[in-house]
This record gives sequence, structure tokens and C-alpha cells, in this order.
Amino acid sequence: MLIALALVASACAGGGLPGGGGGGTIKIVSSLPMTGASLAQTQTIVNAIKMAFEEANYKVGNFTIEFEALDDATPARQNWDTAKEAENARKAVDDQRVVAYIGTYNSGAAAVSIPILCQANLAMISPANTYPGLTKKGAPGTEPSEPDKYYPGGCKRNYSRVVPADDLQGAVGARWMKELGVTGGVYILHDNELYGKGLADVFRAEAQKQGLKESGYEGAPKADNFRTLANKVAASGADWVYYSGLTANNGGFLLRDLKAAKASLKFMSVDGVAETEFLNQAGASAEGQYITFGGIPASAYTGAPKAWADKYKAKYGGTPEVYTIYGYESAKVVLAALQKAGAKANDRATVRDAIMGTKDFEGVLGQKWSFNAEGDTTITTMAGMIIKNKDFTFSKELK
Amino acid sequence: MQAVCPGGSGELIAAGLVIGLTNGALIALIAIGYTLVYGIIELINFSHGDLFMLGTFVALTVLAVLGFDQATSPTPWLALVVALVAAMLFCGILNVLAERIAYRRLRNAPRLAPLISAIGVSFIYINLGLFWRGPSPITFPDLLPNFDFVKAITGAETLIRFNARDAFVIGMAVPLMLALAWVIKNTKMGKAMRAVAQDREAALQMGVDVDRVISFTFLLGGLLAGAAALMHGLYNGNTVFTLGFTAGLKAFTAAVLGGIGNVTGAALGGVLLGLLGAMTVTCYGGEWENVGVFSLLVLILVFRPTGLLGEQTPERA
Repeated sequence: MLIALALVASACAGGGLPGGGGGGTIKIVSSLPMTGASLAQTQTIVNAIKMAFEEANYKVGNFTIEFEALDDATPARQNWDTAKEAENARKAVDDQRVVAYIGTYNSGAAAVSIPILCQANLAMISPANTYPGLTKKGAPGTEPSEPDKYYPGGCKRNYSRVVPADDLQGAVGARWMKELGVTGGVYILHDNELYGKGLADVFRAEAQKQGLKESGYEGAPKADNFRTLANKVAASGADWVYYSGLTANNGGFLLRDLKAAKASLKFMSVDGVAETEFLNQAGASAEGQYITFGGIPASAYTGAPKAWADKYKAKYGGTPEVYTIYGYESAKVVLAALQKAGAKANDRATVRDAIMGTKDFEGVLGQKWSFNAEGDTTITTMAGMIIKNKDFTFSKELK
Repeated sequence: MQAVCPGGSGELIAAGLVIGLTNGALIALIAIGYTLVYGIIELINFSHGDLFMLGTFVALTVLAVLGFDQATSPTPWLALVVALVAAMLFCGILNVLAERIAYRRLRNAPRLAPLISAIGVSFIYINLGLFWRGPSPITFPDLLPNFDFVKAITGAETLIRFNARDAFVIGMAVPLMLALAWVIKNTKMGKAMRAVAQDREAALQMGVDVDRVISFTFLLGGLLAGAAALMHGLYNGNTVFTLGFTAGLKAFTAAVLGGIGNVTGAALGGVLLGLLGAMTVTCYGGEWENVGVFSLLVLILVFRPTGLLGEQTPERA
């Protein structure tokens, strides 16, 4: 009888931890908006994450990796949703196997999930968030309570991102615009979201410093058409529009209406619209417009990024979108951290510290980089792109 | 002027009025669908906005089948007429079917029952749209000529534009509304509609086929929604399966603003909503549009609970 019980007990233990010796299943989730206009972009990010895990055969040390792509968008909003993002974060926290959270796509969504994950010691790594306030104190356009409010009770920093933040993007945008020449003035528009407004404020501050004339500053939240607003911009005498917002908030249609109101307007926008869907929305009016982006577009890749993009194309068909490579890089960082954690790869705090401590990392971005103490990348390269023949073509490196 | 409207000059305000009028005409057409149905069976047909959304999909599909899914010039008028008729018929018939299946049996049930039923139909439509065309916004082909009447007539380059798009919307909305008014006022069916709206029991006793009249009312509302669908597509150049929610909310607001149950009121409410939205953007900025529109709604309902043209009707259980 006793022997039988012992046998059952050992069988159970064996079933729970196959392989033994610190092995088992660990889980990684991503949380990105997989419904709505961003899908074209986020689907490629998920592909890239899967590609990284497949290359590792879903194994690290003695552990088997399980990956699940969560959706933080709702059909009703067509965009990321606060409640859905919070639900995803809680789901990850509740599932004890989850050791890393790749996401989010939108900075506003990150503001929701960072505190939830931080208190559970769960690492979060974003392939796309650029709002400075998530990590930096006192950057232009941020609130004084940021970023501390995202790390409640002084919980240890758990959040990192592989893309440069907007305090760089907004500023290089303003300098690039000055270089291109502003005669009438610049009309600044944003989509009334954390990311869009934050970026507009950074741009505005730098534009003032550079002596660019400001013709207007206004919110342009999602609408069916923007004709009235476009007229206002045209009447203001501005020759430039700076729009910081999202494709999902009809940024492409805004451009269409602006060009209809004043054909000579020049338009500069940001990484939030650097996706194919934006080009569909804007149609012919997109030609020749300017986009800033924290990184290099796939068409301008050379060396390691180029080799990676070719592999991606061979595997999934289409060209990677601008953030796809950062999805891959994020997954690679997580894998490296799990490797470093060794037998403790199923311990959240260990994995978090390993990710935050990423140093001299050589992934597929073509240069070595590290995370600083705040979880920001040391890469500061920004790309200036011009839309040509319905594609984002690399124009110059911005500093 | 500057005190009331800090953002606007005379020219901008004039331009905004034109745009507001066009936006408003579109809202008005949808609003009429709400108000017709409410007038006759006191049901807020929540699925109406989503019916309109399905109409845009039908119009888009018909255009694609005819080979016009890309910007084309000159304008394929015949294809537009076919798409218009298809969208109108589709929405009209679907609306009649919805009434037959989901609302008729609940006509004498407590008022909440058909209301919930209408919300259910709305969800069915939304998911149909999602299943049909997927979750992403869809771009409508640019088919109307690029012609500006103001510039052609005055020769001056101004911000005030009344182009072919505006002409298309106004040129269709106004005759449609006039035709509707004529039908209600002058035809036998129109008379029957008014009778049923006034007192269903009495109309029944006078030999009016109430079921048929109500079906006809849903048909009319659907036809207008279908027409608005093609107009929205060509005017705004986009559609998405959630379109019905925002469009429906605005149209419902317009119907309440004008006095729900009153057709002229719905038209007036729609135009007013469009104008007010455009003026708020012109004067105070894009982020204030909904604030402006809904503040007005609150004010009007506080001082005139029945809406602008609504009449005091005794509450019926």
C-alpha cells in the first residue's frame, strides 16, 4: 500500500516537471492590437517573435517555451483598449508560467500594463512604445508624476523598450523640418492620445528652440473626414503640417483632406503612421511626404538587418513592416535573458533583472546596444523617410 | 466675431458652413430612419446605424463587381446608379425583414423587449460586417469628378469649396427628403402611416392594414439608409464595420434634437448637428467637436424636452 502511494506520488511529480532538474514549461506572451488598422503591422511583429522562438526550437536550457499572442484591441474600438490591455496583463500575472511580456504597441496601453506587471516582478519589453514619460523623468511633454506613477510602491523597474523614445523623435523631426525649410509656418496636429500629444509637445518645444514659426497647435481626434480642420490649416498660412498620431485614428484620411484643401502643404508625420495601411488611406496625397522613425526601414537595411529581412521574406512572404525587426529583437533579448538565468529561467524576478541588465547586445539591428538603468536603448539612430511610389524610402539618418 | 469664434475668419466660417451642411445632410438621411420608426411604433431602432454600415459594404461590393474598385475618371455614373439602387434595396428589404422577424411579435410586449431585440439585431449586423469585410477600415474608390463649383463660377481661389462631392450629397439628399415628405403627405400609404402613428387601434378599426403600413415604414427608412450609405462612401472615402455605431449615435442625436417622431425635425436636427460640428472645429478646434454638439443637445433638451419640432404626446405604455 505504502509503495503504491509512493509510486503515484513520484509519477505525479514526474508528470509535473518533465525532464526534471529545473526543466518545465515557461510561457511568454505578447500583447499587441490585432484588430483594426494596426493589424497589418502587428501581425508581422508576431510572425517575427515566432520566428525567433522557432529558431531556438522553443527551447532554452531545460525549459520548453510556450508563446501566446494576446490581442489588446477590441472590435468596438478598432484600436487598443484600456480594459482589454489590463485584462491581458492580469492574465499574464495569474499564469505562473509566464516569465516575460512582449508589448505593447501603443504607449497608452503600456501605461496600463506596466504597473500591473511591475508589482508581479514580471518583465515587459516593448518593440514599439516611444512615449518618453514611460521611462524618463522630466522629458518635454511629460508630467511631473511620470514615470514614477507607472512603478507604484517603488517596485523595481521591469519595463524596457528596444526602440528610441520620442524625446528624440520629436526633436529630430523639428530639426529636419528646419533643414527642409519652413517659410509660412508649421501647424501641429495630434490625435489626442498619450503618444500623439506627447510627441506633439516634444516637437513643439524643439520647433520653438529652432525658431520655426508655429501657425497652430490642435487636437485632431478620429473623424470620418477632416475637411473643416483642413480648411483652417490652409487659412493659417502654414506651409507645413506636423501630425503625431496613428493610422488607426484616420491619420491617412487627414492627410488626404489637408492636401485637398491646400495642395502645396508639406506633411511630416511619425512612426505611428509608418505602416502600409496609412498609404492606402492617403492614396495619391501620400507621395513625397515625410516620416520620422526610430530605426531604419526594411528597404534600406544592409548587413545583419538585410540578412534577417531576407530570411523573414522567405518564411512569411511579404516585406517586414517598420516595427517587425523590433519584434524579433525583443524576442531575442528575452531568449538571451532566459539563457543567462539558466536553471532559474522560470523565476520572474531573475528574468526581469536579466532583461533589464542587457549589455552590449548584438541582435539583428546591425549595431551593439545596451539598456540603460531606465530600460531605454542606447541606440539613438533615427531615420528620415520620404514616401515614394507607395513605399517608405529611407532618405537620411537624423540626429 | 473674434470673441465668439476665436479660430475663425469670415472665409473660414463660410467654408465651414458648406462642409457642415454636407455632413449634416448625410446625418439627416440616417436620422429620418430613426424618427420614422419611432413615430410609428415608438421603437428606437438601434440597428439602424449598422444597417447603414452594411449598406456601405453592399455599395462597395457592387462597385467592385462592376470593376470600379479603383479611382476612375470619368465618373462611371451608370455604375453609381446601380450601386445606389442595390444599396437602397438591400437596406430597405433587410430592414423590413428585421421588423418581420425581430420586432413584430414583440409589438405588444413591454417596451423594453423590442428595444433589447433591436440591440440584438444591431450586434448581428456588426458581426456580419466584421465577418464580411474584416476588421480594418476600407477605402472607398474615388469616383466623383474633381470639380469645384465656387471656383468655376467666381474664378477665385478661396477656401470656400462646393465641389462635386458636396453637390452629389446635397443633390441627392434634398430630393430624397422631399420625395419622402410627398409620400407621407399625398399618398394613400402616407395617410395610413400618419393614421397608424396617431392611433394604431383606431386605424385598425378603420380598415388600415397596420402590419403592411409598419413594413412600409421600415422599407422607407431602409431605403434612405442605403442611399446615405453610398453617399457616405463616395463623400468620406472610407468605411469600417464599426461605422454604424458612430453614425448611428450622431443620427439618433439629430432625431432627438429635432423632436423624435417628426420627420422635418430629424432633417433639421441632422443639418444643425453638421453645422454645429463644423463651427466648433473652426472656432475652437477639433478636440471640441463632440463637446460642442452634445452641449447643445443637453441645453435644448433641458429647455425643450420634446426637441425642436417635437410635440407633447401623452406617454403611452
